Amino acid sequence: MDATPITTPRKSATFDDYTLSEIRRAAASGIYDIRGGGAKRKVPNFDDLLFLGASMSRYPLEGYREKCSTDVWLGTRFAEKPIHLKIPVTIAGMSFGSLSAQAKESLGRGASKMGTSTTTGDGGMTEEERGHSSILVYQLLPSRYGMNPDDLRRADAIEVVIGQGAKPGGGGMLLGQKISDRVAHMRTLPKGIDQRSACRHPDWTGPDDLEIKIQELREITDWQKPIYIKVGASRPYYDTALAVKSGADVVVLDGMQGGTAATQEVFIEHIGLPLLSAIRPAVQALQDLGMHRKVQLIVSGGIRTGADVAKALALGADAVAIGTAALAAIGDNDPALEEEYRKLGTTAGAYDDWHEGKCPAGINTQNPELSVRLDPELGGRRLANYLAVLTLEAQTIARACGKSHVHNLEPEDLVALTVEAAAMAQVPLAGTQWVPGLTGA
Amino acid sequence: MPEIDLGVTPLRELNGALHKLPKDTNETHWVIDNPAGGHAIAAGLDAPLTVEVNGPVGYYCAGMNKLATVQIRGSAGVGVAENMMSGFVHVSGDASQAAGATGRGGLLRIDGNASSRCGISMKGIDIVVKGSVGHMSAFMAQAGNLVVFGDAGDALGDSIYEARLFVRGGVKSLGADCIEKEMRDEHKAAVHDILTRAGINGQIDPSEFKRYGSARKLYNFNVDHAGDY
Ligand SMILES: Cc1cc2nc3c(=O)[nH]c(=O)nc-3n(C[C@H](O)[C@H](O)[C@H](O)COP(=O)(O)O)c2cc1C
Repeated sequence: MDATPITTPRKSATFDDYTLSEIRRAAASGIYDIRGGGAKRKVPNFDDLLFLGASMSRYPLEGYREKCSTDVWLGTRFAEKPIHLKIPVTIAGMSFGSLSAQAKESLGRGASKMGTSTTTGDGGMTEEERGHSSILVYQLLPSRYGMNPDDLRRADAIEVVIGQGAKPGGGGMLLGQKISDRVAHMRTLPKGIDQRSACRHPDWTGPDDLEIKIQELREITDWQKPIYIKVGASRPYYDTALAVKSGADVVVLDGMQGGTAATQEVFIEHIGLPLLSAIRPAVQALQDLGMHRKVQLIVSGGIRTGADVAKALALGADAVAIGTAALAAIGDNDPALEEEYRKLGTTAGAYDDWHEGKCPAGINTQNPELSVRLDPELGGRRLANYLAVLTLEAQTIARACGKSHVHNLEPEDLVALTVEAAAMAQVPLAGTQWVPGLTGA
Repeated sequence: MPEIDLGVTPLRELNGALHKLPKDTNETHWVIDNPAGGHAIAAGLDAPLTVEVNGPVGYYCAGMNKLATVQIRGSAGVGVAENMMSGFVHVSGDASQAAGATGRGGLLRIDGNASSRCGISMKGIDIVVKGSVGHMSAFMAQAGNLVVFGDAGDALGDSIYEARLFVRGGVKSLGADCIEKEMRDEHKAAVHDILTRAGINGQIDPSEFKRYGSARKLYNFNVDHAGDY
């Protein structure tokens, strides 16, 4: 008799290879996984939205001939010197310490070439960065590493960081391998120790205190600088409303896909909202307070293309910020370095052990032998090219929708491909009038 | 000697005038009346001025101070001299929470008590409190010296880095990774120096203080110490 045929080996969808490898890793080490980057699993995002474009009922604008403006004013509410960006894409705050000085310089060069801003991070302001950034936003974080009034005064704007999309409610983390002499000095810490910074600010708690803190920052800088408040997307309606109440000129809202230098994997993947679901509530809060476009909204977390930029603006944002994409533009995770990624036990596109400081691209490292690999001039040029493409793409879409400024894009230009995206972005499911959650069942 | 009545002059005007003074100004002595608990009074100074504030101040008085001497004749609200860089800030009354928070240099003297989180995240400032300090003082303190004549509340020096804490009275409890350390001659000399600079030398013998600092067990994450966090 023939043997009974066996079934094809079948792996569990629940206990998939990655999950099992994580269980083995945890069992062997006794500590959670720490990594850089943003959420890696699929969450509803801008891919689930489409623009309708113009046809009979609306006129498009001629590509290349009819003007479609892209500039943005930030900080018009209270600041005597608001910021004027030429493009609606800014570079998000990434710390010196997590990034090399060459990476920070590349970001400054690229952004300045395109007339947009860069942002410091949890480690203070470096000369490379100030020198090469024509518009620099200076972050005030719970750790206050390197914080000083001279840098406040030479910044173009101040960003009070309450949270990040990758870890709303979490503090900073920079492990010993990356605490070089220079980083240690800037942070007033011994070299080589793990730096786990606070998750709450040391001298204020809650929005009533924050309002007074912002008043202090304005007094110190003679009311000249725009003041931003950055929050991770968790309760965007209330957080935005409270940021406005606290006196912010600009609200920065970072979704869960947003990158981080180093955070627990469980934090990155399980805390916070995808950006797609956070923009409308934030805009609603601004509208309810009569502050939409008066207090500007910058959104970030997984922005990759000009289509993403256009969709974020259509949902009501004034500008977007990019982190991960900017690092990719200057060479992070480039397949040209595959051999070296293999040596680190990973592959190009998946490398995220940024906290170990071994980044072959010379970006997420403080090792001088690695960081010299990055040529800041070339990095800056590549970033400028990429920013130019994002802008051209967003303009292409805006013209197709008949808009003479990218800010004229609106939710009515969008439909959703999935029920989830329709509900989160509050636009109709394609081919229907149905906006789940708004228009009946 | 300019004398400013904050009941009449708006704060923004006062701070703006103080910020505009060049470092070699002759107008080095200012008197501020009627502070009435206002916030951010004399914040962001950057010249060797002496500013006398006659009355109680609100949050962040003398915030981020550089070079200036600020005398507060009254009590101070949250975050007095926060992130101070240099200079001298003297509170004759009590101070609220987070006095001298994140301070990087200079000297803060408080004649009364300081509330919780005194010297939180301090990064090089010296703080002298003639009374007692509240709970969580010197939380994550990185550098500098905190000298307390009275007692310290719960969790003193929690997660402390390299700051040095000197307490003459009792300590209700020590925070994670904070331990008592030997008070050697060099530490007595350091306390003596700070008290001299604070203008209160001779009142108390430095050897009456006990010293506290980091056990440095949390410096590099070790899973066997996870319970200490
Ligand atoms: C390497 C790296 C370092 C970062 N450091 C900081 C920081 O110091 N402060 C901060 O507010 N956000 C920090 N972020 C988050 C970014 O500011 C931003 O919110 C995020 O990168 C946006 O999402 P995206 O990476 O998908 O574009 C960092 C992100 C990365 C990738």
